[in-house]
Amino acid sequence: MSTDAPLLALHGLVKRYGGLLVTDDVSLAIGRGEVHAIIGPNGAGKTTLINQIVGEVRSDQGRIELGGSDVTRWPVHARARAGLGRSYQITSIIPEFSVLENVLLAVQSVRGHNFRFWSPATALPQLVEPAEACLQLVGLLGLRDRSAGLLAYGQQRQLELAMTLAIEPKVLLLDEPMAGLGPAETQEMIDALQAIKDRHAILLVEHDMHAVFSLASVCSVLVYGRIVFQGNPSDVKGSSVVRDAYLGDEELP
Amino acid sequence: MTSGATETATAKAETAVGASRAPAIAAIVLLAIGVAVPLYSAIADDSYTVALVSRMLVFALAAVGLNIALGFGGMVSFGHAMYMGFGAYAVLLLGTAGIVNGWLQLAILFAVVAVIAVVVGWIALRTQGIAFIMITLAFAQLFFFVFVSLKAYGGDEGMSLAQVSGFGPLTGNRIALYYSLLAALVVAVYGAHRLVGSRFGLVLRATRINERRVKAVGTPPLPYRLAAYVLSALVCALAGFFLANLTGFVSPAYLAWPVSGELIVMVVLGGVGTVVGPVVGAVGLLLLEEILKAITEHWMALFGPLIVVIVLVLRRGLWSMLPGTHGDDEKGTRS
Amino acid sequence: MSFDLLLTQILNGLQFGLLLFLMAAGLTLVFGIMSFINLAHGSLYMVGAYFAAVTFAHTDSFVLSVVVAVVALFVLGFILDRLGFSTLHKRDHLDQVLATFGVLLFANEAMRIIFGSTPLYMDTPAALSQPVQILGFNYPAYRGAIIVAGLLVALGLHILIDRTRVGMLIRAGASNRSMVSALGVNIGWLNSFIFALGAALAGLAGAMVGPILSIQPGMGEPILILTLVVIVIGGIGSIRGALFGALIVGIVDTLGRGVLPSLLFLVLDPATAAAAGPALASAGVYVLMAAVLAFKPEGLFPVKHT
Repeated sequence: MSTDAPLLALHGLVKRYGGLLVTDDVSLAIGRGEVHAIIGPNGAGKTTLINQIVGEVRSDQGRIELGGSDVTRWPVHARARAGLGRSYQITSIIPEFSVLENVLLAVQSVRGHNFRFWSPATALPQLVEPAEACLQLVGLLGLRDRSAGLLAYGQQRQLELAMTLAIEPKVLLLDEPMAGLGPAETQEMIDALQAIKDRHAILLVEHDMHAVFSLASVCSVLVYGRIVFQGNPSDVKGSSVVRDAYLGDEELP
Repeated sequence: MTSGATETATAKAETAVGASRAPAIAAIVLLAIGVAVPLYSAIADDSYTVALVSRMLVFALAAVGLNIALGFGGMVSFGHAMYMGFGAYAVLLLGTAGIVNGWLQLAILFAVVAVIAVVVGWIALRTQGIAFIMITLAFAQLFFFVFVSLKAYGGDEGMSLAQVSGFGPLTGNRIALYYSLLAALVVAVYGAHRLVGSRFGLVLRATRINERRVKAVGTPPLPYRLAAYVLSALVCALAGFFLANLTGFVSPAYLAWPVSGELIVMVVLGGVGTVVGPVVGAVGLLLLEEILKAITEHWMALFGPLIVVIVLVLRRGLWSMLPGTHGDDEKGTRS
Repeated sequence: MSFDLLLTQILNGLQFGLLLFLMAAGLTLVFGIMSFINLAHGSLYMVGAYFAAVTFAHTDSFVLSVVVAVVALFVLGFILDRLGFSTLHKRDHLDQVLATFGVLLFANEAMRIIFGSTPLYMDTPAALSQPVQILGFNYPAYRGAIIVAGLLVALGLHILIDRTRVGMLIRAGASNRSMVSALGVNIGWLNSFIFALGAALAGLAGAMVGPILSIQPGMGEPILILTLVVIVIGGIGSIRGALFGALIVGIVDTLGRGVLPSLLFLVLDPATAAAAGPALASAGVYVLMAAVLAFKPEGLFPVKHT
């Protein structure tokens, strides 16, 4: 476990939609080099939790700290610039752009200002080199000029990850990165995440338990918005609380 | 990652399409026609053609301007005619106030339009979708009524210019006016071409397609949208400036909301988000109007349904029918 | 400015506001539920006015004229949606704007072809041509009738929306379109009904305005634009917003034109006041809209979306 101050800390997050309590007093902390997995049955509120951390949804109560700063009231883009990267469960890229342009978009957010109207972005080495490095990391460099909308699904998920990494985040929020991937692609994704995890604090929402066991050092189980278990992934299997919550919903390997 | 012969083949096919010469050739042909028209008119003693083509150039310039906001930025502004109106009225109002020098008029015009566009744009951009469209329309109406109420400047009838903008020895020179308009259009189109691939252009286009993602990578959309809106307003103002000098007449009709509607039709007809499309759309629409007017005095009864047809059928616009051209609606390289 | 005159202006504003409400109610429902921008809504108003004028010219019965206009527009609206507009519901806003713009141009020209450009006039119905006594002064009975009619329609809409099954579907649709469809409601027919209802209200407005304004091609667009302002101020999809927005716009616009120029003369020199008066009066509503949007972009009474 890292002994540095946590890069991401959640304190008592609460969120209601009308009478429905979607996030029930969620707290956790993630330090550099840690992978904290969140698992739970469908409808447990995992994506809503991520949306609150990212800033797309405003929590009713609680505090979110990023690298020590209280970002609870910050807009989405400010949190991103402060080092919060997020990948989406449903792939969110720019299909009309090339693969390279997608990553350039992310790179140029964090390098200099964008009120430049003349030079083609694809010709600027200070942008292209970091972008290509990210593509190299996820194995998409060979497809850099391909239109992103023409990529296979698995490749789009990789692009999704590349864009998230391109903003040089300290914290990564990964919302089901394995969603829809076959076994080989899942392994590739796991390998990619293994390669980078030491440099970041990662919050990983996943259903794929193989990925969780391969990557996570801590696992929280979210049921009806509440964390019912937080500890070693290997202890999850043995927990009766978790078994009761999951019965019929998920397969525990 | 699986890479294979099929992928390389696809990539090759795409680069072939992207490198198609058709768009460049077509653009050069259009330019050549534009250059030749005054010469033709002088030889054939046909002033009508020059006047018509000049009008087309004015609206082509305005359409290129609107395309920056609408095509690249996705902002459906139903009020851009008001910026053309400002351009036209600047010549009248400033000229009457004793400011006759054309460059000075332009400088003041741009300063004023920039301020107004920032204010209007900022208010309008607080909304989206339907509300945005309606607000831009409402603002255009506001200024329409303001100009109508200026009785001293012709009110709702409009007024002839006492003098055109002064450009030294070229003042009043119709040839110089035409070619400077053509040059302005060429510069605008080229500028749009550079804009599209620039850092700014990338952000702007991404904001139209996937705003959520843009925010998630750390870029706030608003400053870029606002800048694009202001830039497009300035280009339209320039078009209005030319219009007043061409016709020698200024009237609130230049800001009437149907004009804003026609500008949008021009952009869509030409191809939303392409670079040369707006020019084609403007020329095409005005040509269509001329043809219809020749058929019947009730040409609007044909024009209206044709617009509906254009919208429903010509989804990608005329320019996109050339191989190798794509707007941001299409996957592929853009031109 | 005498008190009587001010009161007259306020009542005129109320009357204008209720007329705008008739237009805005239909438009906001169509926007809110079907996400469909219909710039041809003003054309429906115009066609309603023409229906009424023609019926009145042939029958001399004002009541019949209004009924014909309302029914004809309901049917017309239903047919328009079933046969054409429903394809536009799925398109993006840009397409809708342009297509209905084309329809609008066509409608104006069609009226010009059929009736010519010369305005038509409707007489005020005999029963309402005398002034009535309100609070000790005279007010045209016909305008008073419009106010009454407008309030009745507002009440009727309230009952329809809040107390009937159809109304419940409408409210649900405004809040969560896809859910209503998923519940098995024939969304196509519901949409067409809503569109027809909006058209009928526009027709009613057009019919009632006949005795006050001249009926001519292009009369719909100035009203349309003000209606759009009403909806933006009130909140898209919200009937309550349409009502209050319409009343606010109606009163501000009428008072602005009636009172503001006089006020300006008190403050500014005559030449400036004479020049600025009409401009500011027309601008008043738009300034109001800008102010509302600066603080509440979603309008004053927004519909909560799920």
